[in-house]
Amino acid sequence: MENLKIIRIPVQTTADCLIEVENLSHSYQTRRALENVSFDVSCGEIFGFLGPNGSGKTTLFRILSTLIPVTSGTVRILGYDLSTEVKAIRHRLGVVFQHPGLDVKLTVVENLRHHGHLYGLSGKTLHHRIAELLEQVGISDRATDRVEVLSGGLQRRVELAKAMLHSPRVLLLDEPTSGLDVTARRQLNDDLRVLADTENILVLLTTHLLDDAEACNRVGILNNGSLVAIGAPDELKAQVGGDVVRIEGEVSERLSTAIAEKFSVSPVLTGGHLRVECERGHEFVRDLVATFPNEIQTVRFGRPTLEDVFIKLTGNPFVQ
Amino acid sequence: MRKMLLPITTIWWREIIRFYRQRSRLLSAIAQPLVFWILIGSGLSASFQPSGVVSGPGYIEYFYPGIVVLVLLFTSIFATISVVNDRREGFLQGVLVAPVPRWRIVLAQALGGTTLALGQGVLLLILAPITGIRFGVASLFITLGVMGLLAFGLTNLGLLIAWRMDSTQGFHAIMNLLLIPIWLLSGAFFPSTGVPGWLAWTMKFNPLTYGLAAFRHSLYLDTTVKAFGDGPSWTLSMLITSLFCVLTYVGATFTASAQAN
Repeated sequence: MENLKIIRIPVQTTADCLIEVENLSHSYQTRRALENVSFDVSCGEIFGFLGPNGSGKTTLFRILSTLIPVTSGTVRILGYDLSTEVKAIRHRLGVVFQHPGLDVKLTVVENLRHHGHLYGLSGKTLHHRIAELLEQVGISDRATDRVEVLSGGLQRRVELAKAMLHSPRVLLLDEPTSGLDVTARRQLNDDLRVLADTENILVLLTTHLLDDAEACNRVGILNNGSLVAIGAPDELKAQVGGDVVRIEGEVSERLSTAIAEKFSVSPVLTGGHLRVECERGHEFVRDLVATFPNEIQTVRFGRPTLEDVFIKLTGNPFVQ
Repeated sequence: MRKMLLPITTIWWREIIRFYRQRSRLLSAIAQPLVFWILIGSGLSASFQPSGVVSGPGYIEYFYPGIVVLVLLFTSIFATISVVNDRREGFLQGVLVAPVPRWRIVLAQALGGTTLALGQGVLLLILAPITGIRFGVASLFITLGVMGLLAFGLTNLGLLIAWRMDSTQGFHAIMNLLLIPIWLLSGAFFPSTGVPGWLAWTMKFNPLTYGLAAFRHSLYLDTTVKAFGDGPSWTLSMLITSLFCVLTYVGATFTASAQAN
């Protein structure tokens, strides 16, 4: 880690602001992938970008991870300008890609050693750091196994250890739980929480899974390349208010109009179901079923989820 | 200095260890040229009589340096295919976000491919005495040096293509359309003596013609009976081969820097 000491700390660095993005836009030929995205993220939190496929998450991730250059807007990571000080940023970034980034023909330790060498780590420092991280993510006993014999969940944990090897201040993860079963997903989210707390780093991830987003301290919701909301999951859900009732089955515009007239609510027909925000949902459901006994087949109601926030803000269904 | 070399040695080492653990690659890169050599060499032996050459070694002997170069070509190029997939959806993604300049990444990959190609080339070099070639210590080392240079240039050519490609299918298409003809028209398969004018000119502009000529020169340093030595001179061949190495390396580095995403 000696090489980190010689890199200057810029004057602009503020203690708690690790990523500052202003008016970031990006286009692929004619397609606009990001549109004036601005946000700040601070230390010690797990921040998630939630959005359906094609919302711009991966483009944002690739820009932050230094794979795509910034073409419009400014991005500062740890006070360094991403357009001009890429090398300083790369020393301090840990990155986990959506597609596995391990060499399956190498063992766990060989993968980690290779990664350490790329970051200038070697000898005993590297050896100890590898042992420490394998212990932390609970795979010490598989250290000499080839990666190809590990399960998907274990491979993800190796990737996590690899990304943390050079003690980054910011950990970026692109759809980290994709392809994992429920248990492995939960385990990974727990691992991230432990890392964010013990290493005092910023964890920034992208996801299209509502459960993963719920586990974050703060969430930014992306839609068609724009950031439509940012805040703690509870704060965002509070914007919806009351309860959300979802009427499934053969719903129609006619039924929607009838419900609106009868109960003075504003149903939204989206994704093949009717969605109604209301206070005292249980009473509304009782009256609804009594009023339309033949039309209503299935009704669900509950507290708002991040999906409801997305639908309320964009008017579009959240297709995972 | 050590800090600078560490990423290079580690990327190089990975190329070697991967190859060692996928030994079928060894077979595929060496078996096909060997079969070509035996079948085509034997088949054409009787009818091979290049114009202007009254008598000389048979086709098996003539074809031998070309087959060694084909092994170098196959191994070098196959070593670069992984770049295509690895760059977008694999191991290379992690290398690309590490604080390692692209020129070092490309150099390490090129050295990895060169080592593998050289190793397989040496396996084939053991068969040289069958064709009447004799080595002294100096000529052996010069031959290995020329083979190393050729392998380095060919690996860089492979990298130059691979860093641009989005699919391995595209890479195979280029391989068939460009790389095999480059080899065929290098004097490996037939000499330029007596071929139609347009073909002779094409062969003159083919950089591998000079690589192969340099290799032939080095092979026959200690052997009195030369196998068709009327190609480009030793100096010109070495100059153009070295230039080829520099240009392909610079080209590959440039491509890797431009296509890093």
